[in-house]
This record gives sequence, structure tokens and C-alpha cells, in this order.
Amino acid sequence: MTDTLPSSFEALTLNLGGELFAIDANCVHEILDLIPQTDVPGAHPFVDRLINVRGKVVPLADLRIKFDMERTPPTIDTRIVVVEITLDDEPTVVGLLADKVYEVTTIGGASIEKTPDIGMRWRPDFIRGIGKRGADFIVIPDIVRILSVH
Amino acid sequence: MTNRTDPAQIFREESAELLAELESTLLRLEARPGDRDLLDTAFRALHTIKGSGAMFGFDAAAAFTHHLESAFDRMRTGALAPNSVLIGVALAAKDHIRALIETPALADPAEGERLLALVAAQTAGPPPAPAPVPECIAETTAETAAPSDPDRRTWRVRFRLAPDAMERGTNPLLLLDELRSLGDATIRAVTDAVPPLEELDPSRCVLAWDVTLTTAQPLSTIQDVFIFVMDDTDLTIDAVNDEAPATAPPSDIDAAAPQPTAHAEIDPGPTPSPATPVAAAPAPPIAAESGGRNAANANSASSIRVPAQRLDDLMDQVGELVIAQARLKQLIGASTDLQVKSVAEEIERLSNGLRDITMGIRMVPIGSLFGRFRRLVRDLSQELGKDVALTMSGEDTELDKTMIERLNDPLVHIIRNSLDHGLETADQRTAGGKAPQGHIHLSARHAGTQVLITIRDDGRGLDRDRIRAKAEEQELIQAGAKLSDAELFQLIFHPGFSTARTLTSLSGRGVGMDVVKRTIDALRGTIDITSTPNQGTEITLGLPLTLAIIDGLLVRVGRGRYVIPLFAVEECVELPPTAEGRQAGRNFLNIRGALVPFIRLRESFAVSHPPDAYPKVVIISTGDRRVGLVVDQVLGDHQTVIKSMSKLHADVANFSGATILGDGSVALILDIGQLVAAGQAAGQAAGPAPEPQRAAS
Repeated sequence: MTDTLPSSFEALTLNLGGELFAIDANCVHEILDLIPQTDVPGAHPFVDRLINVRGKVVPLADLRIKFDMERTPPTIDTRIVVVEITLDDEPTVVGLLADKVYEVTTIGGASIEKTPDIGMRWRPDFIRGIGKRGADFIVIPDIVRILSVH
Repeated sequence: MTNRTDPAQIFREESAELLAELESTLLRLEARPGDRDLLDTAFRALHTIKGSGAMFGFDAAAAFTHHLESAFDRMRTGALAPNSVLIGVALAAKDHIRALIETPALADPAEGERLLALVAAQTAGPPPAPAPVPECIAETTAETAAPSDPDRRTWRVRFRLAPDAMERGTNPLLLLDELRSLGDATIRAVTDAVPPLEELDPSRCVLAWDVTLTTAQPLSTIQDVFIFVMDDTDLTIDAVNDEAPATAPPSDIDAAAPQPTAHAEIDPGPTPSPATPVAAAPAPPIAAESGGRNAANANSASSIRVPAQRLDDLMDQVGELVIAQARLKQLIGASTDLQVKSVAEEIERLSNGLRDITMGIRMVPIGSLFGRFRRLVRDLSQELGKDVALTMSGEDTELDKTMIERLNDPLVHIIRNSLDHGLETADQRTAGGKAPQGHIHLSARHAGTQVLITIRDDGRGLDRDRIRAKAEEQELIQAGAKLSDAELFQLIFHPGFSTARTLTSLSGRGVGMDVVKRTIDALRGTIDITSTPNQGTEITLGLPLTLAIIDGLLVRVGRGRYVIPLFAVEECVELPPTAEGRQAGRNFLNIRGALVPFIRLRESFAVSHPPDAYPKVVIISTGDRRVGLVVDQVLGDHQTVIKSMSKLHADVANFSGATILGDGSVALILDIGQLVAAGQAAGQAAGPAPEPQRAAS
């Protein structure tokens, strides 16, 4: 991923801790209901669980930890978004917890703005940009960056 | 492999195997100089490297190989007797060929010339059979200039390549050049099949050639030119009387006819067929080139080469199938439908069979690895001026291919150490009342689910006092600490230890031994050392049969389930209530008189779930060190496919991988080495150190 602002892209929108997020739909493999999870003692709380995705052992990441959000218990809407990203030149499959998954939609390049330097509670390098849809703001996280930084 | 269809890459892989075969052949030839079969094998390997090297543009390698090939051809025809000097040169030349092929930029031309001069010096005995200058290859040095010869015959060679031959990388010009290099050749192109210009497809080969060749070479040499295109080339080679005009009517004899067995099954070999990354098995089929060895032919017909990645993928899929089948079995257990049950049993049988076969595919005999050490021992013993014999047994023992590859480095280190430090010089040995020739024995055998590889020498043995002194100096052990031999010997694997010069120069065993330890640990293997002063040292590596599947003991800690590799498990005992009461303090168990430190996995894993009433202790060991793991429940044994952890968990200690259980959930596999080290450290911190050693795990 680059530092430049993303142009128009197909995005999967989801809810994390009350905020609207958009991740690139092209890297999404599948969306799962909650499945049994295995704790990994000693792992960073952000990736402290493993899941079985079609016979593969996949780490389950909770982005809320990285955005300093409260770790609320799962609800009926909670989903696991399985994405494939490139970490250190290696394709890696990761499950992302989402409080709710909405839809796949196109986010126009024109509506995306640079991350404001002030007024942000999150690490600016975790955010690629802020999109706008109607009155809503959509956060476009930099998944690779988030997963690379421990 | 980024580009599977790169013919040059295929050539490199094949030549690596050919060179390995060449090397082992040469070494055997050194022991049995009169063996014609060995000579033939060596010659064919060289010939193939030359031929395909030229075809794929490795001209320097091809030119160099050509000279060596010429020398071997003369040995083959009896004009030259193989001797150890010549074989020594040939071995060095083989290394040079490898360099020319793998890192052409780094290969030293001066080295090549030096070797060629040596070859020439060796071959410059009695005048050889003439071998005319091969123009396409390079100038030959020694045996080029022989004039006409009564053996010269004239052949009429006519061939038409398959129309798509050029697409597959065949260059007809090279074939013609090679023919021309054999003698006086008149080449005429047959253009009758050339279509009108507008129909001409420039990528197709529409020409045929009619070559009249006068040469002293036998028919088989001419046939060899076409060895890689034999399958789909329309080839006739007819003898022409010297008197008869070159236009004598052809007697449509197929070239292959005189030696039907010899050519019937020749693989296309390195002839690039880029669409299929599966190239034919190179070594055995080439060995069958012209000797008419049916056994070798049969081998070649039934073996194929596939990229290792495909086998890994297959193993993955089969592993998942086995897991899915286990889940099915669990579900079916509750069912009363007999029909469904019988299908489930059928699937179980099939998937188990599939798993066994797939694991079998990855197995290769360890002889392929052992063979490489003949050269190492030969070279090192000459370098060190020690007379050393290497013997081996159990070469047929099969081991996972990945494992065999990764065993190379550790074994090199161990053998080098044995030679360098373990074995004495001939004089010292004689003085010590031993046979002057040192002896290293490599052996492999199965023992349960493990393969044991033993490296035994009859040298001076490990110097206990030296090791102890060094360890005390480096504060690895407390002065005067009582150590068993096994504990003491484990110290030589300590990273700092290996660089200790004074130790290695005096009594040896240090160089790179930490590498050995690390590699074997990574393979989930064990190392045992026994040593008797003045009688020798024996190092035994115990390795699992495969990397992909593990036999484990399934345990529960809190709500989590974990797999302990079964090979490390010694026994399970109940945690005595007396020990349970002490949450802190002395964490030792008395196991038949020996104090064994234990770790509470509940604490290590920060489990909040209420503990069970009667915790169990699983005693695990590596080498001679034992640690108890306190768990809530022992669930039973479990065979499972190992899945590696993702990068995101690279920082997590205590676990070496993960696996999927019958019910589909994920369980973590405990890292034995890590836990034993942690347990020992905890034991040291906790109280009176009963096992006062701190060797690296």
C-alpha cells in the first residue's frame, strides 16, 4: 500500500466500535459468522486468538484494540471478515473481527480526503484516508500497516 | 521457483543431479578403476551435461565439459586407464562445471584452464583415437590432431525434426554443428516440405536435413547427437561404403533399430517442454542411454520429477481431508443409519490410505544424502593428511525429503568435527595401539516413529576435563558441579562454546555444533552423544519420520486444548497434593528419586478458568533434561497435521505450531525445547539446583 490517497475502489463497509470502516473488497475472501476460537497464551491481545477457516489455521485480529476501542462482547451481528494481505512479501490470511458488516459499495476517489493531522484520536499512520458518504464519514484503515506494527 | 517454465532453470536442476551422480560415480570408480559400467555412467553424465548445456546456452560449461568427456571417452574405449590422479582432477573439474552452470560470473577461467591442462597432462599418453575438433564447442587441447584413420566410415544421416521442435527449444543449428564436429560433414537442407511463403509459419520447423558424414566415431556417437530429440524426430542413419557415392540409395533402417532397448524409453530429458514443469527423472534414464540396461530403463519409465511445492500442497490437502474425515467419524458415531456408517468407514479407509501414500511420496532413501559425504571425507582426509575410511549402513532408510535436505549441514559439521578433531593422525593412532586408518561410520535405521542417524568415529573421544574447564570458565556450569556425561556433552552445543578456539584445537567438537543443535531442534529431533576416551565418539540424531504429521498427547489446560509431541513425553503422573499446596517455592517433583522441576501451565498461560481437582503432570524430556508440565487433564493421544503459525504470532514463545482437532477447533502444539529451557530456568531460580546445568536448549 502506498501513502497516496486511494482512488475509487470497491469497499466492504463494516462497523467497529460504532465507527464506519471501509476495507478493500478485493482482499476479502469470505465473511463468517462467529466460529469457535482458540486462545493463544502470550500473544499480543490484538491477535490473541486462532480460528479454523476451511482447514487452515488463521489468526483472528481485533482491530478495535489498535483503535483503542472497548472490547465489547460479541453480539448477534458480530462477523469475522477473512482477508488476504501481503505481509513481508508473503500472502497472509487473517480474520478481522467486525461488530457488524454492511455492504460492498464503491467509494469514489473524489470523496476521499487525507487524514487530518489534528482532531484524530488514532495513530494517523493506521488510516489511509477518510471517505464521505452523505453525512457519514468512512474510515479507510491501512490493514497492512496495522498488522505490521506491534 | 519464480518461473517454472524457464528451460535454463530446468537444466540447472538437472545438471545439479547429474553432477551429484557424476561425483558418486567417480568416487566409486576410484575404488574400482576397472569397472566399465561406472566409466560409462560417468561418461554419459558428462555427455548429457555437455549436450544440454550447449542447447541452453551454457556454452562455457559445455566447452569445458567436452574436454573432460573426451578423456572419459578414451578411458571408456580402453585407450586410457583411470587412476586416482585423473579422478582427483575430474572431481575438481566437476566442481568447476557446477560453478560454470550455477554462477558463471564467478567461475574462474584460470581454474578451468589449469584443470584442462591437468586433464591434458593425464591424457597425453599413447596417441588416442582421433577426436576431431568440435567447432561448436571449443578447441580441444590434447587429442585433436589425429589425421585420417582406417576406422573412418561414412554415414548418411537424414533427419526431420518435429514441426514444433523449435517452439520446444530445440535448435537445429546446434544439432548440425554437433554433427559437423564429429567429422567431415556435407550438409544439405531438404526443402521439399517448405510451404508457399504466405502459408509459412516461421516458428515451425519445415526443413529436413541430409548429412553425409565421414567420421571415425561409432554409430552410437552419431545417435547421441539426437538423444534429446529422438522421440519425435524422423531420423535415419545409414552406413555408406567409402567407395559408394554419397547418393547411395538409402536402406530405410531406423537408427534405433540396432539397439531397440537402448532408445525405446529415453526421456526427452532436458529438451525443454515449457508447458510441463514436470520434467523426466534425469539420472536413471540417462544412465540407460546406450548401455541397454533394462533395469535402469524400467526405473526411468516409472519415475517423474515434480516440484516439491506440489507435494507440499498435496500433503496439505490430504491433511485437511484426514481432519474432515475425523469430524465425519465423530458425527456418524451418533447415527444409527447403517448405510451412512458403511460409507463413512469406506471414506476412513480411503483417506488413511491416501495419507500413507502421500507421506510415502515424500520419502527418499537417505543414501542420497550419505553419498555426498564420501567426497567430503575424501577431500578432508587428504587436506588433513589423515587416512580415513568412511563406511555406511542403512542407506535404504527412508526419510522425508525436506528433512534430508535440512540434515545436510548438521551432518557436514559433525563429520568435519570427527575428522578434524576426533580422529588422530596415523602416527598418533599407531602410537595409541590403533589401526593407522581412522574410521567413520554413518548409519541410519528406523526405531518406532523415529529415524536414528548415527555418526561414529574411532578417534580419541571427547575430552571431558577440557569441556568441563571451558564450561566453568564461561560460567555455564558451577565449578565442581556434578554432571552426567550426557549433560556434559550437551554443553558443546552451546553457541558460545563452539567458537572456543583452545577447546577445538585441543580436543575438538565445537565448530558449528550450535548449528547442529539448532537445526535438529527445528526438525523436532534429538541428539545423543556417547564417547569413550581413546575409543571414539558416537553421535546419534533421532528424527521424526516426517515434518508434516505429528503424534501428540492431547491435554487440557483451563478450557484450552494443547498438543504435546509424543516423542518428548516420558510419563504422566498425578501431581501429589503436597506439591500442589505450595503455590510458590519449591517446584520439584520426586520421580523415582530424581528431582524434576515442573511448570504450571495454568500460570504460564494465565488461565482464569477454575482448576481441576486432580491436576496431572506430563513429564517431557529432551536429551537428558526433564521437565514436568502441570495440566488439568490428559485427553489422550492424537495424530495430527502440523500447521505453522502465521507471522503475526512469530513473537509467541511456547508454541511450535498449531493443528486442527477432530471437532474442527484449533489446538496449539507446545514447543518442547522452549518449555524445557523455561522449566530448567525456573528450577534454577526456585531453589536448590538439583540439576545444576544451564546448557542451551
